[in-house]
Amino acid sequence: MMKIEITSMKKSIILLLLMSCFSCSSPSSNIDNNVDSNSHAQTQASLYQEIGGKPALDNIIDNLINIIGQDDVVFAHFAQSNVTRFKDELTIFLCHLADGPCQYQGDSMEDIHQGMYITKNEFNHFVELFIEAMDASGISYPIQNQLLARLAPLRRTIIKM
Amino acid sequence: MNKIPSLLYGCLLAVFSANCSAEGKILATPGVSQIEGSGGGGIVPWAQLAGYATEESISVSAACSRITVKDFSLDSCAVQANLYDKIELSYAKQNFEVTPLQLNLKQSIIGAKINLFGDLVYSTMPQVSLGIQSKKLKTSDVAFSLGAKKDSGTDFYIAASKLHLGFINGYNWLWNVTARHTKSNQIGLLGFGGPNENKKIQLEASSAILLNRHLAIGVEFRQKPDNLNLGENHWKDIFIAWFPNKHLSVTLAYVDLGSIAAIDKQTGWYLSTMWYL
Repeated sequence: MMKIEITSMKKSIILLLLMSCFSCSSPSSNIDNNVDSNSHAQTQASLYQEIGGKPALDNIIDNLINIIGQDDVVFAHFAQSNVTRFKDELTIFLCHLADGPCQYQGDSMEDIHQGMYITKNEFNHFVELFIEAMDASGISYPIQNQLLARLAPLRRTIIKM
Repeated sequence: MNKIPSLLYGCLLAVFSANCSAEGKILATPGVSQIEGSGGGGIVPWAQLAGYATEESISVSAACSRITVKDFSLDSCAVQANLYDKIELSYAKQNFEVTPLQLNLKQSIIGAKINLFGDLVYSTMPQVSLGIQSKKLKTSDVAFSLGAKKDSGTDFYIAASKLHLGFINGYNWLWNVTARHTKSNQIGLLGFGGPNENKKIQLEASSAILLNRHLAIGVEFRQKPDNLNLGENHWKDIFIAWFPNKHLSVTLAYVDLGSIAAIDKQTGWYLSTMWYL
């Protein structure tokens, strides 16, 4: 009896996994306003739109700057930064990264972090501050993960430079 | 044997005196302690090392678990030290209760794991680690009477793990695959080797989804040899793990251990708590 129970439990989990796989590969229902019929990618909402566009990104970055200002671990790396420039550049960078209507033409991640010798601890801590900032902006967990998935591969261009 | 605890005290001291908070990983990503004391899921050792240390820090953790199935129960407590997220050292004590015989079998396990390459979260390659579990059965009468050849043995394993951020509809998905070279009968509790000793490489796998930052659900599978010719089955479980913060986790699982010492249908529950420094 118990064995039957576990098999059916497992089956439902596998089903759950499969279902979520299919729903992730099917186009999202919130089609955005500026539909470009030539491109399939743009017929579904971009991550930028799912985040909430520029107002949401601005809000995340404002929160992030406040959080960094109160953080002992990473503040030193930002102490010399020009806050306005940091804000503007990061907005465009994230907008670009999330397939928004922006083209980031600023310095490369390597150039920006050159000479900062950021450790893995510091980098990972910054990721958590970024998550905190997204939480404060009311970004949902699945959307947060999708943005983090695009940021994660950048680690090798940021640490120990 | 006494070296391990003193090493752990040393680590504890180092953690406190250096005041380096080993909190450099995303919550829940190091997993928990498996029943043999290595960082992993509940029954499978994973490639990631126990605790939240990164390459600049050390972490220490401890865990206790209890499995209760129809005719047996297994209590297991373990400590782990994670040195710079490169090397994991572990020590576990197990007490296996054979309810029908009112008998206790005791085993201790010293483990070590080295991270060969990759990062669970940040690299495109999976994280890959090599591990060892050296086991010593203290109460060997039952094992020998069932046909086991030895009362001690060493398992070697290679494990690969990867966390895919936002992979399933925005939810993080973790998988782990482990290949283990072993002669252990019922993970060593019934000794090592036996009359039916042939297939030594066993495959183990885990898959989990993080429902949110604090909650993971998943399944595990562990292939096992049948050296004693008693119809030893593969182990399976389905689990839910809760990570309220970086200092505590609680795991509950429904386990199917199949047949143990020719007594079949051993299903039941697994409960484990882990503390991280």
